[in-house]
Amino acid sequence: MGRRFFGHAGETKKAGGAPQWCGQASDRLMTEKEAAVPLYEHVFLARQDLSQAQVDALAAAATEIVEGNQGKVTKTETWGLKNLAYKIKRNRKAHFVMLNIDAPAGVVAELERQTAINEDVIRYMTIRVDEHEAGPSVMMRKSDRERRGRREREEA
Amino acid sequence: MSRAFFRRRKSCPFSGKNAPKIDYKDVRLLQGFMSERGKIVPSRITAVSAKKQRELSQAIKRARQIGLLPYLVK
Repeated sequence: MGRRFFGHAGETKKAGGAPQWCGQASDRLMTEKEAAVPLYEHVFLARQDLSQAQVDALAAAATEIVEGNQGKVTKTETWGLKNLAYKIKRNRKAHFVMLNIDAPAGVVAELERQTAINEDVIRYMTIRVDEHEAGPSVMMRKSDRERRGRREREEA
Repeated sequence: MSRAFFRRRKSCPFSGKNAPKIDYKDVRLLQGFMSERGKIVPSRITAVSAKKQRELSQAIKRARQIGLLPYLVK
């Protein structure tokens, strides 16, 4: 899977100053950026009765938070309206969006803070990854894989 | 030595080349390691190595958290 807890090498360097979580301290974040920037995957679930345009707006807002704080969003994936395995806040379905983020930890804290306030987002999760997947993730490949399987069968 | 109930030890499905990568997004892969009830199947049954079983359970728990997999199936 290639995920681990926070690496020690990057942490010791950053331990010099107290971490500043909020976006105002942009000069502080700038110096942190010179060290290896951690990579994150941020997934959020939007309420089922939102339109696709509203979901895209939410994704754009999240992107803006990250990019306004010297972070980068390397990929945005919309998985669409999917069935949930169990009800979350009385929703049976939800719009799934995943962002690949390349930003210092403070930015993620700010993003999570603002996401938690938003009532259109019913759940979110941010995890640290060692590397971002190149190309579309499994979610986007799924239908593709089925098609390939069928073709192989036809050839056989 | 011939034991009546000797069964060859299966190798870990996540080791070796072109083994699947454990990812919380790959719901179909993870579902293969869960019981009908939605529980994580012990590695002694699925022959997943201890290291990969830890990663696998982590991935299943993440998928559960974002509603991709159930905590229990009634």
